[in-house]
Amino acid sequence: MHKLLTNQPGQKVLLLGNEAIARGALEAGVAFAATYPGTPSSEISLNLFQVAQETDLYFEYSTNEKVALEVAAAAANSGLRSMCMMKHVGVNVAADALMTLAYVGTRAGLVVISADDPYMFSSQNEQDNRYYGKLSGLSILEPSSVEEAKAMVPYAFDLSETLREPVILRTTTRINHSNAVVTLGALRPPQTKGRFKKDPFHYVTVPAVSRQLHARLLETVAQAQALAEESPYNFEEGSGTWGVICNGVSYTYVADAIQDLQLEDQVRVLRIGFSHPLPAERIGTFLSGCEKVLVVEEGEPYMEEAVKAFAQERGLSLPINGKGPTLFSRLYEFDPAMVRQKLADYFGIVCPPSAVPDLSDVPEIPQRPPTLCAGCSHRATFYAVKKATEGMDVIHPSDIGCYTLGFLPPLSMGDFVICMGASTGSAGGFAQATSQKVVSFIGDSTFFHSGIPGLINAVFNNHDMTLVILDNRTTAMTGHQPNPGVDMQELKLDGYGHVALEPLVKAIGVPHVVTIRPYQLKKSIAAIREAVEFEGVSVIIAEEKCALYAKALRQLRGKPFRVSDRCQNHRDCISELGCPAFYLEDDRVHIDADICIGCALCAQVCPENAIVPVKSTV
Amino acid sequence: MKPTRLIIVAVGGQGNLLASKVLGEAALMADIPVRMSEIHGMAQRGGVVESAMVFGDARSTIISDGEADVLVGFEPSETLRALNKCNPRTTVITNMAALPPFTVAIGRGTYPDLDHLKRLIAEKTGRLIAFDAAELARAAGNIMSVNIVLLGALCQTGILPVSDDMVRRAIQTRTKAAFVDTNLKAFDLGYQAAAA
Repeated sequence: MHKLLTNQPGQKVLLLGNEAIARGALEAGVAFAATYPGTPSSEISLNLFQVAQETDLYFEYSTNEKVALEVAAAAANSGLRSMCMMKHVGVNVAADALMTLAYVGTRAGLVVISADDPYMFSSQNEQDNRYYGKLSGLSILEPSSVEEAKAMVPYAFDLSETLREPVILRTTTRINHSNAVVTLGALRPPQTKGRFKKDPFHYVTVPAVSRQLHARLLETVAQAQALAEESPYNFEEGSGTWGVICNGVSYTYVADAIQDLQLEDQVRVLRIGFSHPLPAERIGTFLSGCEKVLVVEEGEPYMEEAVKAFAQERGLSLPINGKGPTLFSRLYEFDPAMVRQKLADYFGIVCPPSAVPDLSDVPEIPQRPPTLCAGCSHRATFYAVKKATEGMDVIHPSDIGCYTLGFLPPLSMGDFVICMGASTGSAGGFAQATSQKVVSFIGDSTFFHSGIPGLINAVFNNHDMTLVILDNRTTAMTGHQPNPGVDMQELKLDGYGHVALEPLVKAIGVPHVVTIRPYQLKKSIAAIREAVEFEGVSVIIAEEKCALYAKALRQLRGKPFRVSDRCQNHRDCISELGCPAFYLEDDRVHIDADICIGCALCAQVCPENAIVPVKSTV
Repeated sequence: MKPTRLIIVAVGGQGNLLASKVLGEAALMADIPVRMSEIHGMAQRGGVVESAMVFGDARSTIISDGEADVLVGFEPSETLRALNKCNPRTTVITNMAALPPFTVAIGRGTYPDLDHLKRLIAEKTGRLIAFDAAELARAAGNIMSVNIVLLGALCQTGILPVSDDMVRRAIQTRTKAAFVDTNLKAFDLGYQAAAA
């Protein structure tokens, strides 16, 4: 039985934040869940995917976040408690659906999880999704801890049903990827079959209907604000005339700072956990009792600006600060010592700085950036593209996935990355605007997610470009989630369809389509050269299963290689491929047989044919 | 309970997250407050994996520069890189078996001299326990048990509020059944190495 299905209320378990959120959903009787994977949200989905295989829960990996939200919105409006989880930038993809779904609302509870990523541990930006609350009119809840994340999910479902609106639960990486001890509640059996009751003057958003719905939404926002005023998730602690308003993980750093500095009787804390709509009355009353207020929030001055406006409305002129050159930054994440120091400085308290040792004499330590794995087929494809386009002036738009890492030397394949799917759209733009060659890269899952419209655009507008679809048969970066191209039988899961890439690309009307096996270097180079020379849109599908995924499926067949005595120390293997299985010892090249998967790419690159299978006697 | 802060740094694939999970479960069994945070995602592609554990009465799950009571490094250059988390009282436990990053192989960096590295860490922190954990893991019967060897050394220092018995029990219940015996042996070898 899945550990999240333990039905022993009161039992204490150590859970990852994302497991706690999934458990919270099960305790809320979630019946329907849809997602597109994205760090830091992915383990919520993984756990629900696993739970769905043992229970009546319906779970799906949708092709993108917009589709996931549409699927979940329909389920919720058919009466099923539904959840839809995504990373922060996924909400941008889903935003078109989200904005008007807010007009339409929901019948059963619908919780949308936005997992924000301050500091961008694994994201392309660190946008602050609390603004989606303001933009859409939807309520936002923000936990400060793993335990609270679990508790907030059932609360969010109830709130959603009270307001008849989706509710956004906004986390940050340090909630998703922290572990803490959580007390289990009772599992609530879900209602798994719904019925859609037609009501076109509520559900069909033609202008005349939407004019009514917008007015209804504003009434709901007012109702939500009244609930925020009373919500147990907006609470006060401590006493005194110095005030701190904070949210999310910042609250934990503030609480630790107050304990360390023994300020319990001087600082009053207002923790905001229901952050859209903000509880204006509650904040106003809090301000009235303070001489000076510090707003502690990662990201944008979302609360600070509102708090200043509330003070203005009440004619209060106390100092209120948050972001600023000597205070908090809008950049990156906070940490406990930083919050303690800023809080002490702001209120004029002495706080000895942490005793970080003097590290000026520590030699420079070689960087250890994340890199394509040993035997990653992307490396082979990148190298083949490099060889096929040698001497040409080529732009390489790339996309979001493991293969983004190809931009690093020595491969240096990746010149322009902005968001999921942009490799196809931007490729057309570069082709049209310049006389440079364009060879862009996209993964299979990202192609299904949002690459297809860009490719259709290229065909229609006749852009001269080559798109390489790096088809590693899974969604590798986020942990090998299925996508429409995955053979679900291999995962022993029935009842799924399958979308094959080559017929799909041909059906789009791409005039030159070829599938290559990237480990076959010579053939691949020739096929790529032909595609690049083709005038118009060409697509190369580089098909080879992700090595880690193949290993997990016990399909890896390769035997490791070694460097034989024939080696003349040219080091083309190391300097052109950068495979992490290579290392230098006594100024000679070696291959770590424990890491090498036997893809044999290096053996095809070596000018001396010195790289041979481990058991061979050359 | 006064907080005790532990940082574990490792290279992706060394089993850092399992080590912190075992410690977390041991703390749960002993009813000791514990919180931890870890980095997933990009870091798994051969990058650095850092976990932070806070035992005792604190709300934060991360540890600021200069505030670790203990630093456990699974790889010497990564231990050195994490020195900013230490202060002059910090105890540092490090594996000395080097795993040079591929940047060294492609000539984009020089791996630090191991004796110099040891001297630097010893000078700047309270106590250094350094040994070849890979060799002990091999002696225990599984090269993958470097993480458990280092847990043994960590427990020997007595800095954490969790008892050795609890950690042993967590190894028995939370690591794969097939590896429990080698893991317990690895734990003992690490424990003895730190005592030496």
